[in-house]
Amino acid sequence: MSLDKHAMAELIANDIPRGAYVNLGIGQPTLVADHLPADSGVVLHTENGMLNMGPAATGDQIDPDLMNAGKIPVTELPGSSYFHHADSFAMMRGGHLDVCVLGAFQVSAAGDLANWHTGEPEAIPAVGGAMDLAIGAKSVFVMMTLFAKDGSAKLVEKCSYPLTGVGCVDRVYTDHATFLITPDGVVVRETFGISFDELAARVPVKLLAPAR
Amino acid sequence: MSATICDSAAEAVAGIEDGSTILVGGFGMAGMPVELVDALIEQGAKDLTVVSNNAGNGDTGLAALLAKGRVRKMVCSFPRQSDSWVFDGLYRAGKIELDLVPQGNLAERMRAAGAGIGAFFCPTGAGTSLAEGKEVREIDGRTYVLEYPIRGDVALIGAHVSDRMGNLVYRKTARNFGPVMATAAKLVIAQVSEVVDTGRLDPEAIVTPSIYVDRVVAV
Repeated sequence: MSLDKHAMAELIANDIPRGAYVNLGIGQPTLVADHLPADSGVVLHTENGMLNMGPAATGDQIDPDLMNAGKIPVTELPGSSYFHHADSFAMMRGGHLDVCVLGAFQVSAAGDLANWHTGEPEAIPAVGGAMDLAIGAKSVFVMMTLFAKDGSAKLVEKCSYPLTGVGCVDRVYTDHATFLITPDGVVVRETFGISFDELAARVPVKLLAPAR
Repeated sequence: MSATICDSAAEAVAGIEDGSTILVGGFGMAGMPVELVDALIEQGAKDLTVVSNNAGNGDTGLAALLAKGRVRKMVCSFPRQSDSWVFDGLYRAGKIELDLVPQGNLAERMRAAGAGIGAFFCPTGAGTSLAEGKEVREIDGRTYVLEYPIRGDVALIGAHVSDRMGNLVYRKTARNFGPVMATAAKLVIAQVSEVVDTGRLDPEAIVTPSIYVDRVVAV
């Protein structure tokens, strides 16, 4: 069976190394936080200037001065720290952040990422921290559905949407399979409710079977 | 010279000229100097370039300044939000110019301005449409894009507490762009919730030292 977004989030959460410093992108990637093992030691970074961000705030906990990058009220944990925006992005660019998990419109076989703009003339472009995160974190994981609403694969030979970063993606977690972007090509690590051959027929990218 | 402690937001924004570039702190509404922006609307300066992470939320603060038609150009990373209808309308009507800058570049370009850096090579955006036309260089096998400083004539920032010299401390994620913007403008104006006597703030906790701050108002 294919994975729902919670099962994808759980899979990613279990792949994040213990004690890693991690940024979770706005949208579905934030679900990963709910599935981190209690003793994972993972420290969450939010680009608006905080490390060791806690869960979403509720009721009396809500403080307009304490929010995440999606502008959702959050909480502090013991060991939280605050810093200004230039430091926050220096942390990413400087290679201090271990993992970021981002959503995507498309990922190419070479690891190019398109996730900030559809390029449609009516759309108001907004990039936020997507480009900085894409090139900054040591490992970039993408979390997305494998197929768009029209059935086309979002893992492509060359992105047709405007790029966020070139050759920056390391892994692509989808509802039907997990892909590793390697120097040798795109390796299918595992599939969910679909055979390797079916996958190869529906995804317009040369896929490599996992090494045995 | 130490900061001037102003009696009102109107006094704090006095003298801002038409055509100025204004750095406006805040990430969404956290750290947004709403009272200073409201005072700027009253003050009347127009033809402004505004540098801020977002392009206004709802109908207050920066959104209200935009709605009055005072802003010629917005330099920001994330204009489109669920409550950015004022900006969205102006943009679609062709009534405002947008310079879209990745968030980290926005911060670092202001940091460079405040630190006397002429330009810097940055990997963000290399190979994307936002780097088109910019000088690039390969350094140790990686592609970098040449980015120039962003300077303000004025910075409007929201901090938590100031002392009478203008030393500032912030609160939680409302810090965001404040400390960087405070270094990057000729006239730096801070709104705070409280002004305390000099000596009351722990010197180890001060984030923006008074050298950067020109005017302070408690709101």
